[in-house]
Amino acid sequence: MNTEPDSVSEIESAALRDLGAAADAASLEDWRVSYLGRKGRLTLLLRSLPQLAMEERKVLGASGNALKQRLEDGYEQRREALERRRIDEVISDRIDVTLPGYPLPRGRLHPITQTTRDMLAVFAGMGFQTVEGPEVEWDHYNFEALRIPADHPARDMWDTLWIDYEVDGKRPMLLRTHTSPNQVRFMETHEPPIRIVVPGKCYRFEATDATHEWMLTQIEGLAVDKGISLTDLKGTLAEFARRLFGQDRRVTFRCSYFPFVEPGMEISIDCFICRGEGCRTCHYGGWIEILGAGMVHPEILANMGYDPGIYTGFAFGVGVERIALLRYGVDDIRHFYSNDLRFLRQF
Amino acid sequence: MRVPLRWLSEYVDLTVDTAELARRLTVAGAEVSEIVSTGSWAGVVIAHVEKVEPHPNADRLVLATVDIGGGEHPRVVCGAPNLRGGQKVAYAGVGASLIGGHDGEPFVLKAARIRGVESTGMICSEKELGLSDEHEGILVLPDQAPLGQPLGSIIGDTIIEVEVTANRPDWLSIVGIAREVAALTGERWRDPTLQYAEGKKSAAKMAKVEIADKDLCFRYIGGVIEGVKVGDSPAWLKDRLTAAGMRPINSVVDITNYVMLEMGQPLHAFDYEKVRGKQIIVRRARAGEKITLIDGSRHDLTENMLLICDGEGPTAVAGVMGGGESEVSAETTTVFLEAANFLGPSIRRTSQALKLRTDASTRFEKGLSRQLPAIAAARAIHLMAEICGGKPAQGIIDVFPGVEKDRRITVTMERLVKVIGLEVPNGEVRRILSSLGFTCRWLPPDRFIVKPPYWRTDVMIADDVIEEIARIYGYDQLPTSRLAGEIPDFVPQPERSLRERVRDAAADAGLQEIITYSMTDMEGLTRVLGPEEMALNPPLRLSNPLSRQFEFARTTLRHALLQTLAHNMRGSQERIGLFEVARVYLPREGDLPEERETLCAVVSGRASGRWGSPTGEQAGFYDAKMVLAYVLGALGVSADYRDSVDFAFLPGRTAEIRLGEDRVGSIGEVHPRVLSEFDIGQPAAMFELDIAALLPHVPEGVHHKPVSQYPAVEEDLAVIVSGDVRAGDVIGAIQSFPLVASARIFDVYTGEPVPVGRKSLAFAVSYQAADRTLGDAEVAKQRGRIVERLKRDFGAELRA
Repeated sequence: MNTEPDSVSEIESAALRDLGAAADAASLEDWRVSYLGRKGRLTLLLRSLPQLAMEERKVLGASGNALKQRLEDGYEQRREALERRRIDEVISDRIDVTLPGYPLPRGRLHPITQTTRDMLAVFAGMGFQTVEGPEVEWDHYNFEALRIPADHPARDMWDTLWIDYEVDGKRPMLLRTHTSPNQVRFMETHEPPIRIVVPGKCYRFEATDATHEWMLTQIEGLAVDKGISLTDLKGTLAEFARRLFGQDRRVTFRCSYFPFVEPGMEISIDCFICRGEGCRTCHYGGWIEILGAGMVHPEILANMGYDPGIYTGFAFGVGVERIALLRYGVDDIRHFYSNDLRFLRQF
Repeated sequence: MRVPLRWLSEYVDLTVDTAELARRLTVAGAEVSEIVSTGSWAGVVIAHVEKVEPHPNADRLVLATVDIGGGEHPRVVCGAPNLRGGQKVAYAGVGASLIGGHDGEPFVLKAARIRGVESTGMICSEKELGLSDEHEGILVLPDQAPLGQPLGSIIGDTIIEVEVTANRPDWLSIVGIAREVAALTGERWRDPTLQYAEGKKSAAKMAKVEIADKDLCFRYIGGVIEGVKVGDSPAWLKDRLTAAGMRPINSVVDITNYVMLEMGQPLHAFDYEKVRGKQIIVRRARAGEKITLIDGSRHDLTENMLLICDGEGPTAVAGVMGGGESEVSAETTTVFLEAANFLGPSIRRTSQALKLRTDASTRFEKGLSRQLPAIAAARAIHLMAEICGGKPAQGIIDVFPGVEKDRRITVTMERLVKVIGLEVPNGEVRRILSSLGFTCRWLPPDRFIVKPPYWRTDVMIADDVIEEIARIYGYDQLPTSRLAGEIPDFVPQPERSLRERVRDAAADAGLQEIITYSMTDMEGLTRVLGPEEMALNPPLRLSNPLSRQFEFARTTLRHALLQTLAHNMRGSQERIGLFEVARVYLPREGDLPEERETLCAVVSGRASGRWGSPTGEQAGFYDAKMVLAYVLGALGVSADYRDSVDFAFLPGRTAEIRLGEDRVGSIGEVHPRVLSEFDIGQPAAMFELDIAALLPHVPEGVHHKPVSQYPAVEEDLAVIVSGDVRAGDVIGAIQSFPLVASARIFDVYTGEPVPVGRKSLAFAVSYQAADRTLGDAEVAKQRGRIVERLKRDFGAELRA
């Protein structure tokens, strides 16, 4: 076995030759280990120095350490060159950036869910909390308690789907025709101040067409407190229209009749399409009706045990599908519940 | 209510254009839904027929020379049998727009040769002018029609259609609309003439009236008019009825209809000679009574129906329709006129029961003024004298048990401000109320005493008066303000909040939300629910469903998901994931049904390849479970799954979802039998969650656990167990060890070299302690215990 250590020059010529031959990161690492590693040739040489005589140690130490520096520099340059070459190869392998990315299936909420939420959020911003009530309802809450007794002509405003089930022959059950029963339900169990919105499905015995569905979503609003007046109702609903449809929205109020409010009104916004000029969407009127409202009838407040001389309130009911038709420019209300994915995936 | 403007203008001057009139009425609550104009016949003028000569080449045609004024005398070919010399007719010149007499299509008139003779223009039929379908002959105009003037100057009209709300029966009359127009335009309205000359014979001696049921009939007026000649009504009257949408019948009946349209009070004319016993009794029907009405229909009457009877029996259904026997005919010479007032709800109930909604019943049901019968009776008698040459008897019979006290309503300024939020000036309040016919007296210091006019049966309380002030003042003129009071206490709605989180999670998991109808057919339910479930929750049925398809309140959402899936497959195998969150309706004895918020989801179709082509595996149990776990994970819960059996799902691929002791839902691959019933030709997997059952298990918020500062040791652990061992149980066992931070299954393997009937389960186990670095020996000890436990509980052997 050759115990004679390599000479510096021998190591240098072999190292430089091998470095030039290292063609990739792995062989370069092998090279580093074989010369500069813990058991590398140069490392062994330098480690043998203490055993040498002082004179020899000095000479060999200086040239050995100089070589170490050169090899380390050479390693670094070679590493960089190889890395550059590797990146150049990736760069030269161009991909087609116009190919689509791999699809990630996207779930969506139904446009009526989205619109309902947006509307509730607008009202939440004005202090209205969301509560809910039953869809299958007693005649009492849907009609009687709202001042619409049996055989009242106003019943024609709400064609009703009746449940074939009567309790003690007296309390007919129905699918609620509007969310207004919740006015009574909430007032029965709460004291003023009240500020609620009640979303939910309603049902009408009605033939369907482009603007009528037999199942619809309504949001009922109710505010009862001391000092609430018609101007508050106007302010609240005008603010609702602006927040939902834009700041430059114009709102108009006209007299209407609902037995559970007095005074009663209907609210329209200026037509989106024609901005009030008159077009097909607004039936050439320039205005589109979006909701019915009014001051809660004092008789209803009194029935709830509130003193109508002290408390006043307003109520409103707005059809969500109507709002969705307008904001999305949908031309037929029946699209919403036909659940065609080609329609639903647009929202 | 159809309101012809020519007629309306008899009672009020129309000082604004029609569009503005319609706008003001609409804003005030009388919504104008349609404006129809007839009478813009360009190029059609009033002509005088000067000469009628035979056509040289056709027996049925004639040549008419007409004078159209301005020295023009065109000659036209005409085939109308009623054409005579000297008539005034409607002449259309070349270029006029008309309606085809045969095909009903619009056309522009051109000069033409008819059987060899040049025809310059045309004499028009009603159909050609779009007035009616009459095409047998030409339209003959009154002799005094002004020659050469546009036809539109004497006929044609604009009709506004007013949607009358249930509280305003007074608006179901031309006079009522005229009053509103007057208030809205600052004009005065004119009341119709009521005067007539009475004869010597006393009405009271000619007939007797008795109201037996005073709770249903508040007033009954009988008038007697002798010497009536029943015939065709004059043209003006027929035109007005036609314009308002009614068909002329004979002069007496037309007058009763005319006064109803004019004043809003339905009237009925009997042939006095056919009123048996010359007596009228207003009473409830008796069991077994029947009646044949004017329209020929025969009805069995029930005891809550109010009748008009004569000395021998029923002669009319009160407020709904008259009977055939006492009907006015051409032979009638003496008329007994009825003007009455009935209880609205009773009339409505009767008309609904008989399925007869008449112009009379729709007015009576809304509650008419008890003053109105006297005024309307006078008006009708006036017209019968004028038009039919009738001789009114002296006086009328007026039985009036329901006399009311005048309504006096106190409206304080304080209330006005409280309700509408604005102090309308005192003078303005009085101006508005008097323009509507109210009398209004200011009682200092702070209130008005208001008396509504007789026709305003809807105004009962101060707030009703305040609405009148507000609507005429103009809602749009009122300021806006913001709610000023305190915001009420927050009321948590945990189930609603959870339901919305479930919705979000399901959509985040890549599913499309759908909303389907709450009603379904029995078939939809029985396809997805077994007989026991159907028996447990028999669905509520509608008594008047829109169609058989929507007859039952659904007790599940499954059928809706499968129907929607089927509709959306369109021959593609694309992976579709759908969900719905909605209520199901579970009947309860003696109460409203329980409305249970439910999530149902379905996945079907092949997994997509790199760019979405459906090339991968068909959706199965684990695809549905992936979504389910995502949803539950988003809520912070993890469920246990137990093998179960479900009518709609494949045995062996069905599980119930449990949280603790509660069953919160089910999951499974849909049974091929069910799929084929929905026409779905590929596998589908489905799950349902009961949101209320989930609620108690959902943590209220996230509670942070400190992250361990010490490294975890990751190891794989593979065991061979019997094929029927449930992986979930094994994972549960591994996770129960204190040093196990997590255990995840990464492989299930059967086949060589694993013995038949057994399987290999491979887990990635992570060991970690919160307070120290685990040494090799400690991990090995824990692993040994785990293996021991798996051996004991599951017969597991460590896989080499």
